[in-house]
Amino acid sequence: MSVKSMICIVCPVGCHVSIDDNHTVTGNRCKRGETYAIKEVTNPTRMITSTVKIKSNLTTRLSVKTSEPIAKTLIFEVMDALNSVEMQAPVSTDDVVIKNVLDTGIDILATRTILE
Amino acid sequence: MERNEGETMNVDIVVIGGGASGLAAALSAKDETNSVIVLEREHVLGGILNQCIHNGFGLHVFREELTGPEYASRFIEKFHAENIDYKLDTTVLSINKPDDCFIVEAYNNEDGALTIHAKAVILSSGCYERTRGQIKLPGARVAGIMPAGSAQRYLNIDGYLAGKDVFILGSGDIGLIMARRMTLEGAKVHGVAELMPYSNGLTRNIVQCLHDFDIPLYLSHTVTDIKGTKRLEEITIQEVDENYQPIAGTEKKFSVDTLLLSVGLVPDTMVFESMDLTLSPITKGAIVDHTYQSNIPGIFACGNALHVHDLVDWVTIESEKAGASAKRYVAGEIKEERNNLTIEPREGIRYTVPQSIDMNNFKEPVTVMFRVTNKYDVGTFTVKQGDTIIQQKKARFIAPAEMESLMIKPEQLIDQTTPITIELEVK
Repeated sequence: MSVKSMICIVCPVGCHVSIDDNHTVTGNRCKRGETYAIKEVTNPTRMITSTVKIKSNLTTRLSVKTSEPIAKTLIFEVMDALNSVEMQAPVSTDDVVIKNVLDTGIDILATRTILE
Repeated sequence: MERNEGETMNVDIVVIGGGASGLAAALSAKDETNSVIVLEREHVLGGILNQCIHNGFGLHVFREELTGPEYASRFIEKFHAENIDYKLDTTVLSINKPDDCFIVEAYNNEDGALTIHAKAVILSSGCYERTRGQIKLPGARVAGIMPAGSAQRYLNIDGYLAGKDVFILGSGDIGLIMARRMTLEGAKVHGVAELMPYSNGLTRNIVQCLHDFDIPLYLSHTVTDIKGTKRLEEITIQEVDENYQPIAGTEKKFSVDTLLLSVGLVPDTMVFESMDLTLSPITKGAIVDHTYQSNIPGIFACGNALHVHDLVDWVTIESEKAGASAKRYVAGEIKEERNNLTIEPREGIRYTVPQSIDMNNFKEPVTVMFRVTNKYDVGTFTVKQGDTIIQQKKARFIAPAEMESLMIKPEQLIDQTTPITIELEVK
């Protein structure tokens, strides 16, 4: 049986967890560690944070994030999608920047309020 | 608040810096009876959080994972709701205390020279990055070498990618975050070199920022040569021995146009140069008692201006305490005469904050934050007064990069005079 070791990144504690072929997880301090380890060997996902262009008197960049973690394999395609967007102030935190990015059901949201 | 002839203001508490620390301190310092003003040198409130667009903030304070700008905006909104006074684009030039009141000299384009008379000052001005000169980096003085946080600002605020082929010296969190960030924006990050045999960044950042993108981490390595004419062209890294001296024959060369430095942060206490503020040689910030009051009565310090934190959540919690102390101080609720019982770091502990407990004002449990000197899987923190153990706490995955804390309660102390010591025992 093979055992995969990894560091859980759900929270800053960073538990050193191990997962075997039967998806038995050890070393986790909370339930979230087990969920994370199983996900990492089946369908790893990541939050993506970046910026897009914005027309504003205050700044040229608007910080954004995915509304939830997105498949790790799609990271660079999402980055390409963000490069084609230009927003116009006013924008508020949680405003949708791209709806349903790459047909994932996940949105790109603003993480900053830029009023002018 | 009173204004005299439009140029001198009288307030109870001046807060220097409107980032995570200053906002939390001001919110907790303000009540119906006092006046508080925040002085911020940037054009917006929020400080460094505005350029920290990655997520992972707020797990302890809000029980959810926020990006830096989102974390900042929670406090900015509360701050505006409380109608606390503030000035943007304002640089503090000097602080003096000729008699019983502080005189803060500041400047901005709207007011010109500003003089503020205050009963208390909260130092929450954050920290600055160590630069090439401070680590005596050898080689050519070419363009393309900069602190990682500067590159972060260029990219996330101004929209410019600092380079295409990047190497990072130092595995502090900003360096790791920038390794991922520049990779996402199309740069090739060739590697990260760390002088120590372990990383100084949070484990989760090693995983999310380096492992995810197959960026190599060279532990016990440093940059030993830099070549280029105008722009950086090539760096050499070498393995170091246990005395951090380069080992001959271990040279590796990388063709890069950018070298980011993530080699440490230093509390910014420069506005107090004119005062006899006692600084810790280890944290480089003020030495404070458990009310976060420095050696100068009425000066409180918190956040990264006091000691460099790894999580903003701890900055918030600490700054709220400093703000609450400043409020009590101006209300006359903190006894002026102090009786400081020192908290001394011993075996395995690098420093503690606070560095003492003022026994004249010690009624509530005190949280002591501290850092260890080395990395261990398991250990026990032992708090003593003399030979008497007053508290023990077990911990796992102890590392210098991760701040530890424990709580000391008034009833635990055996007397009012024997210094408290904290040590780390490992098996």
